[in-house]
Amino acid sequence: MDLRFTPDEIAFRDEVRVFMREKLPPATRDKMIAGRSLAKQDMVDWQRILNAKGWAVPHWPKEWGGTGWGPVKTYLFRDEMQQAPAPEPLAFGVSMVGPVIIAFGNEAQKKKYLPRIANLDDWWCQGFSEPGAGSDLASLKTSAKRANGHYVVNGQKTWTTLAQYADWIFCLVRTDPAAKKQEGISFLLIDMKAPGITVRPIQTIDGGLEINEVFFDDVKVPVENLVGEENKGWDCAKFLLGNERTGIARVGISKARIRRLKELAALQQSGGKPLLADERFRAKIAAVEIELKALEMTQLRVVAGERNRNGNKPDPASSILKIKGSEIQQAITELLLEVVGPYALPDQIPHEESERWNEPPIGPDWAGPLAPQYFNYRKTSIYGGTNEIQKNIIAKAILGL
Amino acid sequence: MDFALTEEQQLLRHSVERLFADHYSFEQRKRYLQEAGGFSGALWRRYAELGLLGLPFAEEDGGSAGGPVETMIVMEEIGRGLALEPYLATVVLGGGAIRLGASAAMRAAVLPKIAGGDLILGFAHSEPQSRYDLADVATKARRDGASFVLDGAKTLVLHGDSAEKFVVSARVSGGRRDRDGLALFLLDAAAAGVSRRGYATIDGMRAAEVTLTGVRVPADAAIGAAGAAYPLIERVVDSAIAALAAEAVGAMAAMHEATVEYMKTRKQFGVTIGSFQALQHRATDMFVALEQARSMAMLATMMAAEDDVRERRQAISAAKVQVGRSGRFVGQQAVQIHGGIGMTMEASIGHYFKRLTALDTLFGDADYHLGLVAEGGGLIAA
Repeated sequence: MDLRFTPDEIAFRDEVRVFMREKLPPATRDKMIAGRSLAKQDMVDWQRILNAKGWAVPHWPKEWGGTGWGPVKTYLFRDEMQQAPAPEPLAFGVSMVGPVIIAFGNEAQKKKYLPRIANLDDWWCQGFSEPGAGSDLASLKTSAKRANGHYVVNGQKTWTTLAQYADWIFCLVRTDPAAKKQEGISFLLIDMKAPGITVRPIQTIDGGLEINEVFFDDVKVPVENLVGEENKGWDCAKFLLGNERTGIARVGISKARIRRLKELAALQQSGGKPLLADERFRAKIAAVEIELKALEMTQLRVVAGERNRNGNKPDPASSILKIKGSEIQQAITELLLEVVGPYALPDQIPHEESERWNEPPIGPDWAGPLAPQYFNYRKTSIYGGTNEIQKNIIAKAILGL
Repeated sequence: MDFALTEEQQLLRHSVERLFADHYSFEQRKRYLQEAGGFSGALWRRYAELGLLGLPFAEEDGGSAGGPVETMIVMEEIGRGLALEPYLATVVLGGGAIRLGASAAMRAAVLPKIAGGDLILGFAHSEPQSRYDLADVATKARRDGASFVLDGAKTLVLHGDSAEKFVVSARVSGGRRDRDGLALFLLDAAAAGVSRRGYATIDGMRAAEVTLTGVRVPADAAIGAAGAAYPLIERVVDSAIAALAAEAVGAMAAMHEATVEYMKTRKQFGVTIGSFQALQHRATDMFVALEQARSMAMLATMMAAEDDVRERRQAISAAKVQVGRSGRFVGQQAVQIHGGIGMTMEASIGHYFKRLTALDTLFGDADYHLGLVAEGGGLIAA
């Protein structure tokens, strides 16, 4: 057992760190540090900077833009990027539909979609959940009937993140209503400009507009937009849901947030001294740092184990990363809420389009995003499979209960 | 030792319950949010008609001589309904300061107007640098002949944008964080030198930043003795904390009921999610947290008028801690069990969660009051 990285890995990590420092646009970095929302263009510009360096899709096969780094360097790259703090490339493209197309798609689909995913020429969103299909995703009802070289899609997807920016949506649809529920599902790629698609924003409790409902009303989708076999879409779904598991702990982001927490706690006065000088508060930060270190070690064990594991089967221990990762992220937002104290009260609307941050700020200029972040982060224990579902997975797959 | 409500108190509870059941559905509340001031003017008049706005005041001042229990009853229903009206600011805070500290003349001039629904008050005490320290006041009151001249900045004044008058704290002597040297004044919002900036708060209500520049007030605008107002401020805030605790209990109870109802109706995997033991235990944990908070809200209510200041302070702070912790747990778990819809503004659950979060930040969060209880020697003598 050895915690040290090799000299080559250290040199690589330093190279990434320098790149982030030099190439991340300062305005984007400032927004990330402050917890303010990014504009669509901020995300597009940054992913294109990464793609120009060949770093937008490091985990893809080399022929489609991957770097061949292996799990350790991939981990170091992600960690440095999160700590910069830089936005990660749009996950719906590079971590979800991209790998599905690589694993299950045909050559024509790979050629058509993959380069445009890597360069964020096409913005993708995810059409999975429905009002009646949350944790029980396989009970989804959006239908796709084949006729005359097209599927005709009818139904409704919900919680669709950033659908208002999207050019394309990848959807789980029911192509065989008679089959047992997982066995009648197909994976379809749908152009958001197709007639019959309506996007309705859903405002979240932080005031933002990051999620939507997407309605499909007799939407015609060419059959060549089917990925993999008809009625075998659940295999794509399982692959996708299990795929992006080590990244989900967001250890690097939590490290960056703890730095920000300490910076603000040093500024915020309480009882004549900075909050950071308060022993109780410092102890609370230390407790979270320790949990985070434990999470980081667990993540490294999973990463190191990946070197020895064959194929695409995800490590069930990645459910631990999701559970603890979300709890730690939430704990940090609670400490930031404590720092902002009474200035959690003024309403702030973090949505970028309307840019309704109070101007001038009410209270300190760093206060605005903190309460919204606390509210927004309640989602981390709900999305990606609720923490309750993750516990079921561990209980069944690891503990055999 | 008695936890029962009198018949009159039960009648009060029933009439307030009816009022909110008839007028405070989530849909109706959305409409009130659009009104000037962000609350229902019609309901404010209705509160007056029902005697709610004069509840704590003496009969000769237009009230019904109710005590903390009456306030608790009203505040719990306000919490259940997520009501938007400035009851806390006007009746408990501003009205409380005048009831407890003002001359008979000022009481007679102001309290009947509040009771009649004709006056909205703001309590302008917190300042940008003060955080939760009630003694931290930089706003100055300079004696000038038969007047005082006020200069300073007040922050987070609840319903400060609708207020027609303010109860304002200012310092006549002493260092910025000294308890000695504080004074309270009653001030017209339209007085020369008063400016304010109104804004929405996270719970759908409103507040204001209030700036005082050379504001001249007559000496008899002082509430109590100028320079010795700290005990009055502390007492008024303690009664507000007791009131907030009751409101939080009402909000928690509504969230808990909604969550249990959701668990009984929402189906996934062919069964109701309420059939999962893990969630049953969670709902039970929420129930325990709610009832512990209710118990401490009752303690706060019963101690709000306690003469022994140290006993009162420890009890009120302890209640704020319990209510803050329970509120956070019940709020977070209600959102979690509702899944995605708990994250939306469309459903009421998220609004309750935000109100509970806001309540924790008013007059000191749970962590702050935990420190006060600890520094005060705790609740059990060694």
